[in-house]
Amino acid sequence: MSQPVSFVTRADALLGSREAAAVVKGIRHFTEARDRVADEFPIMEELRDRARTIRLHSLNHLDRLLGHFADEVAANGGVVHFAADADEANQIVAEILEKSGSRLVVKAKSMVSEEIELNNHLEDLGIEVVETDLGEFIVQLAGDTPSHIIAPVLHLTRQDVGELFSEKLGVEYTDDPTELNEIARAHLREIFLRADAGISGVNMAIAETGSVVLVTNEGNGRLTTTAPRVHIALMGMERIVSRWEDAAVVLEVLARSATGQRLSVYTNVITGPRREGDPDGPEETHVVIIDNGRSEILSGPTAEILACIRCGACLNVCPIFRTVGGHAYGTVYSGPIGSIVTPGLHGMDPWWELPYASTMCGACEEVCPIRIQIPSMLLHLREQAASEGRLPAWLNRGMSRYARTATDPQKWRRAKKWASRLSAPLASRGWLRRIPGPGRGWTQYRDLPRPASESFNDWWKSNRGS
Amino acid sequence: MEGPRVQLLVTCLVDALAPRVGRATLAVLENSGCRVDFPEGQTCCGQPAFNVGLTDQAREMAAHTLDVLDETEGPIVVPSGSCSQMIVHHYKELFEGTDLADQAERVAARTRELTQFLVDDLDVDVSASCDGCSVAYHYSCHGLRGLGLQSQADRLLADVDRVELEGDKECCGFGGLFSVEMPAISAAIMDEKLDRVEASGADTLVGGDVSCLMHLEGGLRRRGSKVAVRHIAELLAGDEV
Repeated sequence: MSQPVSFVTRADALLGSREAAAVVKGIRHFTEARDRVADEFPIMEELRDRARTIRLHSLNHLDRLLGHFADEVAANGGVVHFAADADEANQIVAEILEKSGSRLVVKAKSMVSEEIELNNHLEDLGIEVVETDLGEFIVQLAGDTPSHIIAPVLHLTRQDVGELFSEKLGVEYTDDPTELNEIARAHLREIFLRADAGISGVNMAIAETGSVVLVTNEGNGRLTTTAPRVHIALMGMERIVSRWEDAAVVLEVLARSATGQRLSVYTNVITGPRREGDPDGPEETHVVIIDNGRSEILSGPTAEILACIRCGACLNVCPIFRTVGGHAYGTVYSGPIGSIVTPGLHGMDPWWELPYASTMCGACEEVCPIRIQIPSMLLHLREQAASEGRLPAWLNRGMSRYARTATDPQKWRRAKKWASRLSAPLASRGWLRRIPGPGRGWTQYRDLPRPASESFNDWWKSNRGS
Repeated sequence: MEGPRVQLLVTCLVDALAPRVGRATLAVLENSGCRVDFPEGQTCCGQPAFNVGLTDQAREMAAHTLDVLDETEGPIVVPSGSCSQMIVHHYKELFEGTDLADQAERVAARTRELTQFLVDDLDVDVSASCDGCSVAYHYSCHGLRGLGLQSQADRLLADVDRVELEGDKECCGFGGLFSVEMPAISAAIMDEKLDRVEASGADTLVGGDVSCLMHLEGGLRRRGSKVAVRHIAELLAGDEV
């Protein structure tokens, strides 16, 4: 998973790029729609509270709910598999495919499959895997990676997609979205009909009936889970709720927060394989419940992040995400939520830097449908990074020196005097255009006010002091 | 009329980099009938250390600030939403379960951001003035989302010629040490904000936090913009400072 270059290097390279411009343009559509549907919905705030309670309840009773869910899946004729990590999950999927003689697999969007890098694994085994979510299909054709958890090609323009289709699918160039959709649809339809197995993610699993819920806007989820003989659903182990009633509440806030829709176009509920008399549906259904670091998160201070329902609203409002896009994060889960999930799943090394990719503006927490306390978790991870000695020496030493100065008013006063004196020769009309040292990044882009020759404290002493 | 006795906490940035904002805050409070004390031992609230995760250093500075403030009386008024929310929200976390927990509670309960104090507590009849200028207001994140402040500044600015600023509740990209650690990203966010400020037609950009304002003013200067930058306290004090 780890990439050799840092967040800052990746992000700086994306600044001002065509990709970043596409993100800015695309994201506005989401935020405006989200605000509109949230404002028009009188019980949005109340439902957010309820959704939070539901999701936290799930985390607090995860063992019991998963056990209940597994029993119900089995009773429905499905098979449940538990995978401790990515390797195990990949092996389980490979074995199911091998046993069923599946050579061609269609996939509905699944972030957890990206997390475990399932496609690479299956392709290495000679299995053909085709993504059927339009965005994921484009990503796969381009040999790219998704840049947003619900909008994988947020970083591309329709012209980019037009060029890609004409190059890879041999069609005439068009950048008309409807025509592009038609091209993808025609291409995929034929594959759906030939596919041996379908792999999907799980937006939510419902313990009381052993059902999995899948939310899509394109209908590809329905085809993936019904047309082929075998359906495999992959779920992070936290993706569970107790009851249908709970699922309904989560769905209400999910679509609104994600895309600004009242409800997604398709909400599929899958409860076991084809029953006698059913006209269609898979002969086998499997649910692979994946841990891959989640137990670790659950036992730590950022456990609440597992309540996330992957709507992506926090990405859309994050000033950093909006400026550089998801690829800067170098991992599947980007934006504020990803900056907590990624170090949790894959370790602080090399991901400790991600929690620093935030201005602490709080916009994420403000829109999170589950009211997850994202900034305070980012702060917690920063504290952990600092205590593990990961901060640069100048910052560690500088802050210790600053703290010693700021806890002694005499030293504080002298330090201000020195700062003012030392900066005087560099200043022009009270402003500095360039400073040396660790603060040079500031003056690379903006002027810095020079420390005043008379601080407020000094002024008070001279004019008002007792 | 004998007004309340208040403690002025100017913040380290105002103290060292923008003392005029401290004098403006003092003038506004005195004009509103307050008797203002300035605890001279005040330095920095510790937020820079807290935000990068250097909690021990943050705790040292916070403990010092608590010492200085807890021996005083009356509301503690701060011309910054950011430093206010540090004291109001984070001091309690920093000292939870320690000997200083009570002190942190007491000081947090007394701490008020300037516009919050003027409008919610004093309910004073003061309004900002800025003759001949058109004003764009930037709601800084920590006051807006951390303390829920928005209507307070709106009321105080009711008499000035205000123009609409697109994205006025979005972050300016400052983010404390973020601005130095990831300067290019910080500046890119700032640039979008400054483009919007310039597009708004305002000739004066106003806010309630010197931190964001010095970042934005530094950026405006660098691009040679004529837009002036002022703290809301300066507009409330009128010509007195």
